Amino acid sequence: MNRLELNGLTARPAQVWGGIRLVPLVREKPVEGLRLHREVYAADGPAVVEVGPRAHYTSYIPHGFVADWSGEGARSATYGTQLAGPGGEGAPPRTMKLPRHRHHRLAKRQPGDRLRFLPLHLALEGYLALHFGGPSTAWEEWSRRALRDGLSPRGEDAYMGWSVRGLGDALRTFEIHPGQCGVMVYAADTLAAAFVVPHPGDYRLLHPTLIEDLYGELVHQYAMYGAPVPEFGARIADGPGLRTLAALRAAAREQEREWAEAHDTLFARELLDSSYGFERVYRMGAFTLWRFLPPFLRDRGGQHIGETITDHKGQVAYLKTFRLSEAQVRRGHLLHRLDDADWRLPLAAQALGTGEKELRARIRAAGFESLLRHREL
Amino acid sequence: MTTETYADLIAAEDVLLFVNAAVTATGQREFHSGAGHQQLSLDFLHAYVRINYRRVYAASLALDINDHNAVRIVRGLLEHAADASAEERRTEGRLIAARLAKLPPQRVYRLFRELRAAKVNNRRTRAIMRDWLAARPDPAHDAVKYRAGLKTAARHAHLRLDGGTAPDGELGAFLFRPGKLPRYEHRLLDAWRRAHYEQGAVDELPFTVAEGFAARHGMKREAFVARMVPRMTRLERLRTQGRRTVADPAELPGGVDLTVMPLTRLALYVLSLEREARGRHRAELVPALRASARRAAGPHAGSWGRVAAVLDDSYSSSGSGEKRRRPLAVALACHFLLEALAAPGACVPLWTSGARDPLLVGPSGPTPLGTRILDALGHGPERLVIVSDGWDNAPPGLAGEVLRVWRTRLDPDRRTAVVHVNPVYDAAGFDVRRLSPSVPTAGIRDAEDLPALVEIAQFSEGRTGPAELHAYLDRQVARFVDDGRPGGAR
Repeated sequence: MNRLELNGLTARPAQVWGGIRLVPLVREKPVEGLRLHREVYAADGPAVVEVGPRAHYTSYIPHGFVADWSGEGARSATYGTQLAGPGGEGAPPRTMKLPRHRHHRLAKRQPGDRLRFLPLHLALEGYLALHFGGPSTAWEEWSRRALRDGLSPRGEDAYMGWSVRGLGDALRTFEIHPGQCGVMVYAADTLAAAFVVPHPGDYRLLHPTLIEDLYGELVHQYAMYGAPVPEFGARIADGPGLRTLAALRAAAREQEREWAEAHDTLFARELLDSSYGFERVYRMGAFTLWRFLPPFLRDRGGQHIGETITDHKGQVAYLKTFRLSEAQVRRGHLLHRLDDADWRLPLAAQALGTGEKELRARIRAAGFESLLRHREL
Repeated sequence: MTTETYADLIAAEDVLLFVNAAVTATGQREFHSGAGHQQLSLDFLHAYVRINYRRVYAASLALDINDHNAVRIVRGLLEHAADASAEERRTEGRLIAARLAKLPPQRVYRLFRELRAAKVNNRRTRAIMRDWLAARPDPAHDAVKYRAGLKTAARHAHLRLDGGTAPDGELGAFLFRPGKLPRYEHRLLDAWRRAHYEQGAVDELPFTVAEGFAARHGMKREAFVARMVPRMTRLERLRTQGRRTVADPAELPGGVDLTVMPLTRLALYVLSLEREARGRHRAELVPALRASARRAAGPHAGSWGRVAAVLDDSYSSSGSGEKRRRPLAVALACHFLLEALAAPGACVPLWTSGARDPLLVGPSGPTPLGTRILDALGHGPERLVIVSDGWDNAPPGLAGEVLRVWRTRLDPDRRTAVVHVNPVYDAAGFDVRRLSPSVPTAGIRDAEDLPALVEIAQFSEGRTGPAELHAYLDRQVARFVDDGRPGGAR
C-alpha cells in the first residue's frame, strides 16, 4: 500500500467563503463496523503525552478521537453526561471540571473494542521522529552530541484553525450534504487539509472540530494574504439540442459530473497522485490505523503527512492530513538524503549535487546546527 | 424607451434596491453576515437614497417595509428637514403621521427618545409627537407601561399631559412628581402605586410591568403567569407558554385562537415547536395555517392558476440567533399562501431538501435550487415562485443558468411567469441576492405581502419603465395617506 484511494467518496460542488473553499465528500453508504467519537480534554494550557519510556512531549490538544469497531457505536456516553444519585439524594453538580490529561501513548486501547488516538499528533509525531537516531557511525564530522542523542528533540509550529482567516466563517456557513462523510479544505485554492470519517452521523458531530485542528504555516499565510477565490459557477452552453426540458436537465447533470471529475484531477491531484510511506500504528479487527509520510521530493507541489484508517480492502474509512510548509519539506528531504548516504557528508553532498561546504550550510540553515562539530565550522 | 434617459433607469434601479433593503434588512445578524456589517450597509443606503431621491425616500413609508426601516426613515426625514421644500414637507408630514399610527408604540417611544438624543426639536417634530400622543387610546396605560418613553416624549415636546382618561394633572404628577399624591383616581395608576407593597395589586397591571413587581415580591412564577393569562396579549401568551406549562409541555397554549394569527407569525410559532409536538398537533396547526393563509390571500384567492413553488429549507434558512428560522418561516408561510392563491389543487410545492410534509420541515442540507427549479418546471406551471435566500450552492449558479436557458430557449414568449422572493438582505451587495438577471427578485419580510411584492418585482425585470414605477409609488402613497387619516377608509 503506497497510495491514498478515496473509493466510494464522490466530491460535490464546493462552497466558497472568501479565500476558503470547502469541498464536501459524500459516501453512497457508510463504512460498516466503525464509528468515530470525540473525547474533549481540558482546554486550558498544554497537555502532556508520554510517547515512550521517559519520553514525553507537551502540546495543545483540544480533543482526541475514539475509534469504535465493536459494532455498538451508540454505546458510548455523550460528552457532558452527568451522573446523579438514585432517588435525587444530593443534587448533581452543575458543572464538571475536566481533568487535566496526561495521555499515555498517542494511540491507546480502551475497554471494549475501542481505540483512543490523538488526531494529527499521530502524523506529526511520525514526521518529528524522522531519522531521529541520527548518524549510526562515528564519522568525524558529527558532534559528540549527535552521536549520543541523535537529533535533538524537535518541535514544529502549527496554527490553530481559529487563526486561519475565514475558516471559522466558512465552517459556520457550510451546508452539510446528506450522506456527507468528509471535506477537503482549500485556502487560496491549495489543499490545506482533508478529513474523512466512516459515517455521516460522525461527520455531523465532528464538523466543528475542524476549527480546532492544526494547520501548517503556509495555510495560515495563504488564508491571510490570499484574495477571495472565485466560485465555480455552472455554465450551460447554448447548444442546438437544447430544446426540451429533458435536454436541459441532462445538461445540468453534466455540470455536476464535470465538477466531481475536475476536483479529483485538478484540485486533489497532489494528495491522491503522490506515493506515501505508510507505517502501521494499530490493528483493530478488520481495520488498520496508519500514519503516512510523503516522499519529500523537491518541486512536487504541496506535500501532506497524515493518518488514515483503512478496512481490509484498503478503502479509506478515516483520513486526516496536514500540509507541510516548504521549510518542513526541505528538512525532510535533507534528512532522507543524509540517511541514504549513511550520514557520510561527502557522499550525501554528491547525491545532492553540491559541495560539502554547501551541504553544511544547508544543514545549519535547516536548524540542525548542533549536529555538526564546531571545529568544522 | 425613447423618452427615458439612462439616468432615469438608474434612478428606478436605485429605488428598487432601496425598497428591497427596507423590506428585508433589520440591522440584525443574518446567517451569512454580522450585525455590524448589516448596519453599515444600511446606513449607507439610507443616506444615499435620502439625499438623492428624497421624494422616493419618504414615499417608501407607504410600502410594506419593515418597522425598523420605517423608524429610520422617519428619523432621517425629521433630522434633515431643512433639505425639503415646503410642499414636500407637507406630504412627508402626512406620511409620517400615517406610518407612526401603524407602528407598535414601543418603537415610536424609542424613536422619540432617539430624536431627543439627537437634539431634533423643530416645530414639525413637536407637532408630530403631540398628534401621535393625542391619538393614543389610554395615556395612563402608556404611562405605566412605557413610563420612561412617555416621560421623555412629554419633556422633549413640552406637552401638557392633561385630558385623556386620567383626571387633570394626575398624569403629570405620576410621571414627574412620584409620591406627591397620596393616591391616584385612575385605577391603573393607583394599582402601580399599590403594587410596590401589595401583591394583590400586581395582577391589575399590564403583564410586562407586573412581571417586574412579581419578581420583586418573590411571587411563584408559574402561579403568577397562570393568573395573568387573561391580561396578556396573544404574543405574550405564546411566549410564556413554554415556561408556564411545565406540567404538560405538549399542550398548545390555551386561550389563543391560532386561526386569527398573522400567517408568518403563525409559521414562526409552528417552527418553534419540537418536531414531535408538531406532528401531534397536526389537527390544530394545519387548519390554522390554512385559515390564516386564506385570509392573507383575500381577494386574490384561487386566481393564480397552476402554481409551482420552490421553497428553500437548506441549512442557511435557519437564520441567526437574532432572526431565528425567519427565512424558513417565510418559506413555510408561502407554502400555505400559494396553496390558497392557486386554483384548487393546482399548487406544486417543492422543498429543496425533498421534504414532503410541510409541517415537519427543518433547516438542513445544501441548496440544490437548480435541480428543484427543473423539477418545478417539469410540472408545466403558469407561475413559478422561488422562495430562497439566493445562496445556490449545489452546484453554485445552476439555478441562474437553468432560468436563463429556460427564458431564452424553452419559453421565449413567457408563458410561465417566474418570480423570486428573498427574505434575506445581503449586506455586501446592498440588495437581496438575485438568481439571474432574467428573473425578477423582490425582498420579502412577511409572506402576506407576496401578492403586492409580485407587482413590485415586475419593475426589477426592466420591462416596465421608471414612469410606471413612479406612478405606482404615487398610487401607494395616496392610498396609504387616505387610509391613515382619521375618518378615512380603514
